[in-house]
Amino acid sequence: MKTLLRQNRLAFLGGCVLLLLVAASLAAPWIVHADPSFMQPRMRLKPPGADFLFGTDALGRDVYARVAYGSRMSLAIGALVVLVTICLGTLTGLAAGASRMLDGILMRIMDGVMAIPGILLAVALVSLVGASLASVVVAISVPEIPRVARLVRSVVLSVREEPYVEAAVGLGVPRYKVVWRHILPNCIAPLIVQASYVFAAAILLEAVLGFLGVGFSPEVPTFGNILAEARPVFQRAPWTTVAPGLLLAATVLAVNVFGDGLRDSLDPKFAGRSHD
Amino acid sequence: MTETTGAASAQRVLEISGLEIRSAGRVLVQGVDLRIDAGEILCLVGESGSGKSLTASAVMGLLPGSLSVSAGSIRLAGQDLAAAGEAQMRRLRGDRVAMVFQEPMTSLNPLMRVGRQIGEVLQVHRPGLAAARVRARVLELMRDVHLPTPETLVDAFPHQLSGGQRQRVMIAMALALEPLLIIADEPTTALDVTTQAQVLKLFRELLSRHSSAVLFITHDFDVVQDIADHVAVMQSGRLVEQGPAAQVLSQPRHEYTRRLLAAVPSGRPKPQTHQPAAQALLSVRRLNLVYESRNLLGASRSTHAVADVSFDLERGETLGIVGESGSGKSTLGRCITRAHAPTSGEILFDGTDMALLSGASLRQARRRVQMVFQDPYRSLNPRRRIVSALTEGPMECGLSAAEARAKAAELLALVGLPQDSLDRYPHQFSGGQRQRICIARALAMEPDLVVADEAVSALDVSVQAQVLELFARLQRRLGFAMIFITHDLRVAAQICDRIGVMQRGRLLELGPARQIVEAPSHAYTRHLFASLPGRADDARTPSALETTP
Repeated sequence: MKTLLRQNRLAFLGGCVLLLLVAASLAAPWIVHADPSFMQPRMRLKPPGADFLFGTDALGRDVYARVAYGSRMSLAIGALVVLVTICLGTLTGLAAGASRMLDGILMRIMDGVMAIPGILLAVALVSLVGASLASVVVAISVPEIPRVARLVRSVVLSVREEPYVEAAVGLGVPRYKVVWRHILPNCIAPLIVQASYVFAAAILLEAVLGFLGVGFSPEVPTFGNILAEARPVFQRAPWTTVAPGLLLAATVLAVNVFGDGLRDSLDPKFAGRSHD
Repeated sequence: MTETTGAASAQRVLEISGLEIRSAGRVLVQGVDLRIDAGEILCLVGESGSGKSLTASAVMGLLPGSLSVSAGSIRLAGQDLAAAGEAQMRRLRGDRVAMVFQEPMTSLNPLMRVGRQIGEVLQVHRPGLAAARVRARVLELMRDVHLPTPETLVDAFPHQLSGGQRQRVMIAMALALEPLLIIADEPTTALDVTTQAQVLKLFRELLSRHSSAVLFITHDFDVVQDIADHVAVMQSGRLVEQGPAAQVLSQPRHEYTRRLLAAVPSGRPKPQTHQPAAQALLSVRRLNLVYESRNLLGASRSTHAVADVSFDLERGETLGIVGESGSGKSTLGRCITRAHAPTSGEILFDGTDMALLSGASLRQARRRVQMVFQDPYRSLNPRRRIVSALTEGPMECGLSAAEARAKAAELLALVGLPQDSLDRYPHQFSGGQRQRICIARALAMEPDLVVADEAVSALDVSVQAQVLELFARLQRRLGFAMIFITHDLRVAAQICDRIGVMQRGRLLELGPARQIVEAPSHAYTRHLFASLPGRADDARTPSALETTP
């Protein structure tokens, strides 16, 4: 983090914003005193003020409370989707890149998955088994896995031609060790960028699912269903969309900027430039 | 060749005085004074990091962002370039100053026909010129640089041309507007010897017809000998010596110039030291490697990368494999280390056929044949410390971490590197040092055979001489056999017991180094030696490189 600050102030700022958002979502029960699902029909569509920091929505619920609890769910989905896609995608990509035999089979399966529009697949999967954290994470992860697998495979294909990989093979090092020691570390920089993109895309895709009405039910607030419920009253009460919308945008931006900076500081060629 | 012949050559084209280039307070180039007259070739010689390319970039006004000219002046035909603005420089580039780069593969746009690329220079600087006139001029230029059948080649794409032809296209582009000055940055370094000889000849010939001055950057003294009128030698940002070519080459005044000249491989075959042994360590029999490629319609094309190669190698012997790019010499090396599986043939290593092995037994066998690669920057994993590079192999063979580390320390001493290198990363070392580390890594496996693929080609001459010396010393001490693959005949002659010459996958000729150098029997070998630069009145190698007529 220290080197990141020195090299890239923007990325450092992104990291700070992200940290703040995560801390705020984790601390939601302590910083929010209202119940996000508690409806007060007499308090419908109140503008932001002393009582309601971000105003209230069409059912008289506190937007501040809903957004705070909603960010929890959205961030959790983002993190889980990143974990699932990066792990499965990297494994698939490494296997395809390192073994000529598996390459054809695995990549055709990936091509097949990619041929289905991601959002349709997600809608189908969620409507089939019902919205739960697990089903939403799986639905969002599946269309992203081929992208990660392709990325990793392309890195493996280019790195395995490097003389130092050939030298390791020549030293009699078994293939799985060569892949683990010499090839996988080269995938990390592009994977971080991909992970930040997947994280951002997952949050957005969850929002889209919520917006289309196949996501979580309204008693579980997420950025998606808060925005979906705010749509009909957008013109009369813009605060209902502005607060969750801005937070969503800020999260996505912070993740992307942070990921870019992290990649630069992890690259030894970048860090080593001053020595040359 | 001479100093002042006629009015044209008296004209001063470029005058650099007291040039200083700084980057964030650090002085990179200091006190450089250069003068070039029209019709003259000035060779700027130096090793990597000497500031020769920076000086050239300063003339073009193309210094990278953080660098700037902090003192001195650059005058092109009297006009001060250091004071010129960006818009003015852009007009000068291509028009008055043109550049020819090292890498003919990447300096042409692969998606643009070569004729249009040459014509582009004309259209940019002479906007009013009619299309027909442009095409006529392009054809004239292509004839001028001796490109065969300009009418057909004008519509060719760069990948359809050979390396030498692409470099001719680059030169045609540089000549298009009859610039005052052509800056050529190592224009022949990436070319094969025979092509290099043709391009150097072209440069000389063009100067008799065009009045441009040439600033020719090179690291190769043999090229200097062929082409230079004047020579300037740079060392770590300073000009250490300059003068007429004949004088600098025959009576160098500065210590550094003398050292550089002494480091140039002599090309004299080494005395026969190797004693023939009873049994061969390696015998390659009728080795073939055929690449099958299919196009979209399924029609297959086969390329013989290695065709019917047979030879024997004894313990402790050094066999040189020489050839031009595409001759299959590296592929042959890769077959022997089994990085590639040959299509047919035998590779008998100490009695076992390597060509048939696979899996664990192949892994075992590979350890006895180690490879040293060309590019010292890519042959070490940048993320891992030196110690892990040196211990990886031995630990795979069952040594404990402590034993392997002790061995690595021993090896570092053997290749002449300090002990504290173990815990450093590759980027903290120079190219020559990295190559020493790669040699240590190969030797860690206690191999019987080392395959060195262009192992010294990427190094500066002085470093190259040290690494060659190291190879010879280690071989005397440890007794491994070596296959030394190189495009540089001078290096091969110096280090090898026997030399094999390859062309288009075939081994044309194989014999003792002395015989190949002094009395080659194959016409192609004779042609190769005749193309070596610096052969005319070569004072350093009296008769060694003379070929039979």
